[in-house]
Amino acid sequence: MQYSDIIQEHFEHPRNVGTIEPADAEALVSNPACGDVMHLYLRIENNRITDAKFKTMGCPAAIAAGSVTTELLIGRDVEEALTLSRAEVNTALGGLSPQKVHTSVLAEDAVRAALKKYR
Amino acid sequence: MRQVYLDYNATTPVLPEVLEALLRYYREDFGNPSSVHRYGRRARVAIDDTRDCVADMLGAPASAIFFGSGGTEANNTILQGVAAALQGRGRHLVTSQIEHPAVLDTCACLAQQGYTVTYVPVDAHGVVDPEAVREALTDETILVSVMYANNETGVLQPIADIARVVRQRGILMHTDAVQAFGKMPLQVDELGVDFLSFSGHKLYAPKGIGGWYARPGAPLHALLHGGHQERGMRAGTEHVAGIVALGQACALAMRDMRQEWERQQQLQQCLEHGIQEQIPEVRIQGVEISRLPNTTNVAFAGVEGEALMMSLDLQGVALSTGSACSSGSLEPSHVLRAMGVPAPYLHGALRCSLGRGTTLADIEYVLEILPGIVQQARTLSPSFAP
Repeated sequence: MQYSDIIQEHFEHPRNVGTIEPADAEALVSNPACGDVMHLYLRIENNRITDAKFKTMGCPAAIAAGSVTTELLIGRDVEEALTLSRAEVNTALGGLSPQKVHTSVLAEDAVRAALKKYR
Repeated sequence: MRQVYLDYNATTPVLPEVLEALLRYYREDFGNPSSVHRYGRRARVAIDDTRDCVADMLGAPASAIFFGSGGTEANNTILQGVAAALQGRGRHLVTSQIEHPAVLDTCACLAQQGYTVTYVPVDAHGVVDPEAVREALTDETILVSVMYANNETGVLQPIADIARVVRQRGILMHTDAVQAFGKMPLQVDELGVDFLSFSGHKLYAPKGIGGWYARPGAPLHALLHGGHQERGMRAGTEHVAGIVALGQACALAMRDMRQEWERQQQLQQCLEHGIQEQIPEVRIQGVEISRLPNTTNVAFAGVEGEALMMSLDLQGVALSTGSACSSGSLEPSHVLRAMGVPAPYLHGALRCSLGRGTTLADIEYVLEILPGIVQQARTLSPSFAP
């Protein structure tokens, strides 16, 4: 399995690992096929995401996807956050191999699920 | 940084004595064994000598040994070759759920051609029950194929017991012995098998060489057609240097077998005790069962194997995951699933496979870094509440 330098770097130094208690929005999503699980926590103040934390059980790509997703989310307002797509996560990671694209799907699912519950 | 290779079940380095043999037959005695001049004759003699050596090792006549490109070719030849030879008698094969893809995918290919295949399960230790094989046999069954030692867990299968059941019914028996060959004594008559596959690069010979035992007179069609090489069973100019190298590797394996078995078993115990003492919620597959002394399949609850493997790689330790996500499939290991490994452990397996080059210092280094790596992965995991 070849990973981009960006994925490698996020895997070695994942950003924003942890939990926010209590969170303003959160979601626990999973991919039953490969066993990946992602828990996303958001702090939202005045409709803007001011903090994001995550925990992931999964392969290096899944961990990197969680890490980069928190970076992409912080500073966005809720509407902007809802536009975050798997393609954007994929691009931010420097490109996932086809068999690892599902990790960006899981990240997108987590964001949508958390904000759906929030709204 | 210390470099530790713990992936000997994937492949092994070529030993210096083996490389010497290889180079000699690439550079000097490079003749085509089918040629009648002295170059050809020298190559022919070298192949014959190696055939004697492998035959000796398996307790078989030399005429029963065939050389090819490796384990995959051997398994394909035997499964497809028996199916072709006996299609008039029956179109049913029996194998196990924990075979190597070289057997499973060949069976799937035969299934597409109208054969039926029964995959017998294993127990929680990863062992095939000979009674389950007996129950799977029908009047249509032409071949049973069960591996000798599992590549992921090292668990040994009761091949002699299975073969007894199978041959009582007049059915042919094959064992894929790729992981056991060269590590422990294998005698085809004691095992009662009609076919046995072996590979060179698991025992310090190069990749691209291997072969099979076929009991004289056992029905088998060739997979490759062309020249008369290997008594018409495997056309194509022989990889002479590879064959000689395999013979050299076999001689070394025989010489050091007992010593290496005991040495690696001690290292295995050290590794497994260390992991169990230092890391909570681990599960070593087949721990109470006869296994190869070089293979430890260990699963860590709540984490994913590929992430552990990558963290270990960053610290100089090379090994494999016990799950298949990294090989392009999202599914966890078919072997661990067949064993009924519980869900929290299913994705978090690593395979440590030791070899001649493994030292106690290597194992101590792994035990020094592994607890921290597992701890770190668990800190990241929403599935693990410490």
